Formats: sequence, C-alpha cells, structure tokens
Amino acid sequence: MPDTNLTVNGTLISVKEGTTVAAAVLISGVPSFRRSVTGEPRGPLCGMGICYECRVSIDGEPHARSCQIVCRSGMQVVTV
Amino acid sequence: MSEIVIVGAGPAGMAAAVAASSQPGTQVTVIDDNPRVGGQIWRNGDGSTSSWFDRLSQCNAKVLTSARVISGDSLNRSLAIEREGKVQSIPYSKLVLATGARELFLPFPGWTLPNVMGVGGLQALVKSGLPVAGKRIVVAGSGPLLLAVAAYLKNHGAIIPLIAEQASLRSLAGFTMGLLAHPNKLWQAFGLNPRFVGIPYFTDCWIEAALGSDRVQRIRLRQKASVWEEPCDFVANAFGFVANNELATLLGCSLESGAARVDKLQQTSITDIYCAGEAAGIGGVDSALLEGKIAGYAATGQTSYCSRLQSQLRKAKAFAGSLNKTFAPRAELRTLAQPDTIVCRCEDVTLGRLRTANSWRSAKLHERCGMGPCQGRICGPAAQFILGWEPSSVRPPIFPARLDTLLQENSVK
Repeated sequence: MPDTNLTVNGTLISVKEGTTVAAAVLISGVPSFRRSVTGEPRGPLCGMGICYECRVSIDGEPHARSCQIVCRSGMQVVTV
Repeated sequence: MSEIVIVGAGPAGMAAAVAASSQPGTQVTVIDDNPRVGGQIWRNGDGSTSSWFDRLSQCNAKVLTSARVISGDSLNRSLAIEREGKVQSIPYSKLVLATGARELFLPFPGWTLPNVMGVGGLQALVKSGLPVAGKRIVVAGSGPLLLAVAAYLKNHGAIIPLIAEQASLRSLAGFTMGLLAHPNKLWQAFGLNPRFVGIPYFTDCWIEAALGSDRVQRIRLRQKASVWEEPCDFVANAFGFVANNELATLLGCSLESGAARVDKLQQTSITDIYCAGEAAGIGGVDSALLEGKIAGYAATGQTSYCSRLQSQLRKAKAFAGSLNKTFAPRAELRTLAQPDTIVCRCEDVTLGRLRTANSWRSAKLHERCGMGPCQGRICGPAAQFILGWEPSSVRPPIFPARLDTLLQENSVK
C-alpha cells in the first residue's frame, strides 16, 4: 500500500495508508496532543471518538478528533 | 417504502442491517461515527467473523460512515446527523440503536498523563496504524479484554511485563468452575493459548499511580500488601464497559442498569425504536450479533425468525452475566483517586472539588464537571462509581457540533 505524507508540527512524516491522525501524531514522537484547561499535556484515552482528549488542529481547523480521522496526503497537523 | 435507520455499524448494527434488508421493499440506512464499519471490536476489518463485512456490503443497506448523530426526535421520527461539516435530517419509520459501549475508566493519580489509555483504546490506536514493536506496555484493569488485548499487542511485537487484573483469584476461580457449562468460552475468556506463555497474569492487582513528566514513564502497582513500580511506554487500563445510552435517553427510551430496556424483540419502551448490542446491556459480540438480527427481523415484521435466536441469546446472556459479575470493579478502587486527582478531564475538576457538591447536577452547575466536550461520558460513570451519583438528563446536541451545524439544524426543522 502506498504511504501517506503529512506534517505534524511542521515535521514531514510518512505513514501507511489508512493510518489515523492520532496514530500519526504518536508515530511522530509528539506526546502531547492538546493542553487541558489547566495546562496539562494530554493524549488519546478512548481511541474511539468519545473522550475528546486527542483533539488537534488539522489544516488550520481546531478541535479535530484525531482518532477518528484518517490521514490524507498533505495534511498539516498541529498539536499544543 | 419502510425506512429502517440503524445507528452504529458494529456487530449489532451490521447484523440488524443484514436482517432488515432481507425483507423486500425495505430501505435500510446505517449511520456510524467511525471512518469505517465494524465498530470497535472489528475496527479496520479485524476479527475472524469478517463474513459480516461481506454480508453488509452485499445487502442493499446504505452505509453513512464518519456521520455523527447529534440529535433525534421520536415524535417526528427523525435524526439530525453531522457529516462532512453539514447537517442532514434523516427520517425513519423504525429505528435500531446499536450505539455500543465505551470503556469504564476509574481515576487514579497520573491517569491523565499522555500514553495512559484504555485497553480497547490502545488496541484501537494500534489497529489504526500505531506500531508498538519493542514498546513496554502494562495491561491492567478488569475483564477478559485484558487477555485479548495483551495477546494482540504481544503479537505486534510489544513487551508485556504483566497483566494486572483487579478481580480476586477467588472470584476468578468461581468463574472458571462456572465456565464448565461453556467450555468453548474458556479459551476465549482466559486465552488458554500458547501465545500467552510468558505474560504473567496477576489477580487482585491494580495500578495505584502513573508517573512521568510529559508522558507516562512508570507505574506503581499494588497486589495486596506488595507495592512496586514498573517502567513502561504505554498503559492500557480500563475496568469493563459502559453502554452508550445517550441517544436512547434523548429519544425517551427507559433505561435499566444504565442500558436501554428492551423486550424480547429488542424493542425499547418507545414503539418502533429498537436497541441491540452493548447499548441494550453489556453482553459481548455473540449477544450483539443475536440481538442485532432479532432487532432487524422484528423491525421488518419477520418475527418468525426470532424465536430460535432468542433461545441462543438467553445462553449468551447468561454467560455475559457471569462475566460482568466476576469482573465487576471492587470497592477499594473507589479510594484510588486522591483529593487532587482530576476526575473530569475536560474541565480539570478534581475529586476534592467534586466532594464539595452533593449530586451530579450540582457538580455540573457549580464545578463544571461533565460540562466539557465529552459531556460527562468519561467522568460520569467514574463519579457514579466513586460517589454513587446518578447521571441526570441528556440534552441535544448529544455530541459537540459546530455552531453552523446547529443553525442548519434549526433551519431543517
């Protein structure tokens, strides 16, 4: 299967087709997907779109649930 | 033409769609929030029972993936869904709720650290492309899923130093005796499988704390009087399942033990609304498939197929009942969260602040507990377990929706 190229916080990474954005962020080595209201680093918990802990910004659109979105080529993912 | 709408494309929803489509003149629409069908257990087409994928694609059901139900109205018989940033109104004659379950998370110090995940949660990420080869992963919490996921992770090259099961050896021993009535379940439930050799299985054991700075680096485990630390890259930890009952509640369906109450044909307390699978009571994949078929046949007037399925379902449910009892979280787990431990992860509400309230409603109003984007789906069951609070009513939208979606929804109405 062809790979999908995207950036996570500006760094180019290549993942297998069908990989979700959450998996791609973890592959990129970034531990914190978002900051909680008191500033704690957070990452995925439920893996199924319920907990909203894996929210990231995708192509400038904030609050995307990264575990429910499959990577597309050229996607720009930003975590905080 | 009769319009059957099914919410959820896991095993129950898939079986309901196939059963309902077998009635000529029926238009079946399946709606699922995930990018693909299969639900959580068959995420990304995993699982040996994948004949259901073929059966679903071969039947005439229309499948809408990445579509989230945000509201519903049982008087007007319609749902509002959000898909690709747009709202759509979906009318139905009969509705089957197959919304599944989520994991039960019980807070402990450090559970909010990155890389501390659910058991099914971490497995879902691996199924979605996360490599775990060479990663040290502690699998903990409760239930047979721990064994299945530990085996799955090990197969993918992870190092599993141990499985920590909170249930007591005594309760498991009683269960194993009971299993003699279901010998084919023994393998599944306890993974009596060569792959397990080398994964120590600790009973009466749980995680007391997760430690690390920007992500989990080690955990503190307890087994009776022994307390020790294990280094790890990931933690997979959950204590069983909670039915996703929000849509059923919003539509006015009565609940029983947190799940939609159904009759023998899987019909809820609201006429023409059916419920199947985990949302009608935690029962596992076998029950979900049977209930899905019953609901699909019943919703299309094919009740003659149901009686044989109902007797199979009784056996599957008896097994699920003994599982749920054996692996029910023990009372000591209520004391894991400390006053400064966050319970509501969306709003960072600590247990200490929750204790200043006297009900779920007052915790919402005064401490903002459960008022974030997950709408209490994670902290609600935790607060119920720790503090004994009953959840309060559900209001639309049942999932966060974009403001323009909500405006569109009003204009649709």
